[in-house]
Amino acid sequence: MRSAHAALFTRDLALARGGGAGLGVVFFLLVVTLTPFAVGPDLALLRRIGPAILWLGALLATLLGLDRLLQADHEDGSLDLIALAPAGLETMVATKILAHWVTTGLPLVIAAPLFGVMLDLSPDALGRVALALALGTPAMASLGAVGAALTVGLRRGGLLVPVLILPLAIPVLIFGVSASAEGAEAGGALTVLAGLALGYAVLGPFSAAAALRALRD
Amino acid sequence: MTGPHAAFILAAYAIGVTVIGGLIVWTIADWRAQSKALAALEARSPRRGPGR
Amino acid sequence: MGLISAVSSLANPARFAAFATKALPWLAGLSAALLAVGLYMALFVAPADYQQGETVRIMFLHVPSAWLGMMAYVIMAVASIGVLVWRHPVADVSAKAAAPLGAAFTFLALATGSLWGKPMWGTWWVWDARLTSFLILFLMYLGLMALRSAMEEPSRAAKACAILTLVGSVNIPIIKFSVDWWNTLHQPASVIRAGKPTMDPSILTPLLICAIAFTVLFVTLHLAGMRTELVRRRLRTLRITTASAALAPEPAE
Repeated sequence: MRSAHAALFTRDLALARGGGAGLGVVFFLLVVTLTPFAVGPDLALLRRIGPAILWLGALLATLLGLDRLLQADHEDGSLDLIALAPAGLETMVATKILAHWVTTGLPLVIAAPLFGVMLDLSPDALGRVALALALGTPAMASLGAVGAALTVGLRRGGLLVPVLILPLAIPVLIFGVSASAEGAEAGGALTVLAGLALGYAVLGPFSAAAALRALRD
Repeated sequence: MTGPHAAFILAAYAIGVTVIGGLIVWTIADWRAQSKALAALEARSPRRGPGR
Repeated sequence: MGLISAVSSLANPARFAAFATKALPWLAGLSAALLAVGLYMALFVAPADYQQGETVRIMFLHVPSAWLGMMAYVIMAVASIGVLVWRHPVADVSAKAAAPLGAAFTFLALATGSLWGKPMWGTWWVWDARLTSFLILFLMYLGLMALRSAMEEPSRAAKACAILTLVGSVNIPIIKFSVDWWNTLHQPASVIRAGKPTMDPSILTPLLICAIAFTVLFVTLHLAGMRTELVRRRLRTLRITTASAALAPEPAE
């Protein structure tokens, strides 16, 4: 039981090392770079909307990379092997999500404070953004896995996943940005964000596994 | 019905009539097209046994 | 018991189509009559509100549309359970037919809300909790319809859409809660809060009639859409069988 998950996890990590993992961070940096061109280089304004920019960038970077979560495995047939593995499909999907988060979500969390410096965020705010993103990116990855599972094998999958999942990710964005911002409600928002992350960590793999089963029969 | 905001009320009802009327027209047109296509196909293909 | 067996007998698509054909003219007539009465009362009988003036007449369109926009999602969620748990053959037909109706009524609620908001708030759009929640609901309908149109095979599309609908229905209370919370956080001081005045019967009666008329209209359109969808699926299977029969050599019958 344990070895099936461990094998899948190490395999996904090894595959991600081959390339593509850094691309999310580059995309994230591009979103941060584009914002001053859109709103102007006013540092006071950028400082105020900095957490929001970082959150939007992380949200888009997480969701745009997700169509590859299951698509490659579907194409080379390893999705069938995963389904046949001597372990529940739900926990196997959860393992895949975890591996995906370690390779794409965690770099975003680490990069966010660096990019935050470019937006003139205070050290305090940098820590809050990183903490909130550390809770929020796994939640978004779990939600996105549902979209990835639903669109596996579709030719139009790429843009469909964000269209399906972004409306559902709005609560994560709302509480994530509030938890990153200064204010009395930041602590409460962080608690709600943690609750959301826990809830989606259950809902995501469960629904994604149901979608994969529906695809198979 | 008259007043400073009559245009807004009229516009709201115009949109309402357009959307709901569009739904009704689309429903009827879709039904006609599908049942016509089905009738044409059933008339064209010979029946292969009862209950088909 | 009688009701349950009557409903379960409608699981048979052919019997359902026969029932729909019989019921549709009556439902269409009833919704036309109710709409005529409701609109007449809304436009000519109901008095103007002392606070909002004549614009209150938009409410008779806005509130029933909003109600149906939400009801369509509930119907789809129940139908999705039917698809996934009981594998009910008509359940997915119901879910598919409800989606464009729900999207249309949600759009109507947004459009009339915007037209109502311009004279009341002085702007076409405010990011208040209710309008924003409805915008998200509208986007969810569009996503569901996009997912369905991206899938060719109906049985696979049925399950995928059912899962997405149920994930959405788990999320809707969370979205509602978070949008309400976000709204109180960013409450602009200038927005006029009308509050919830106790509604006068002279306004409540036309509103109720309009709501019932819209609901009957929805049921009519939904039933008609389901009947068309059954024909469409029959057509699809017939086309596939004739196409494969043309490919295969003549069966030795």
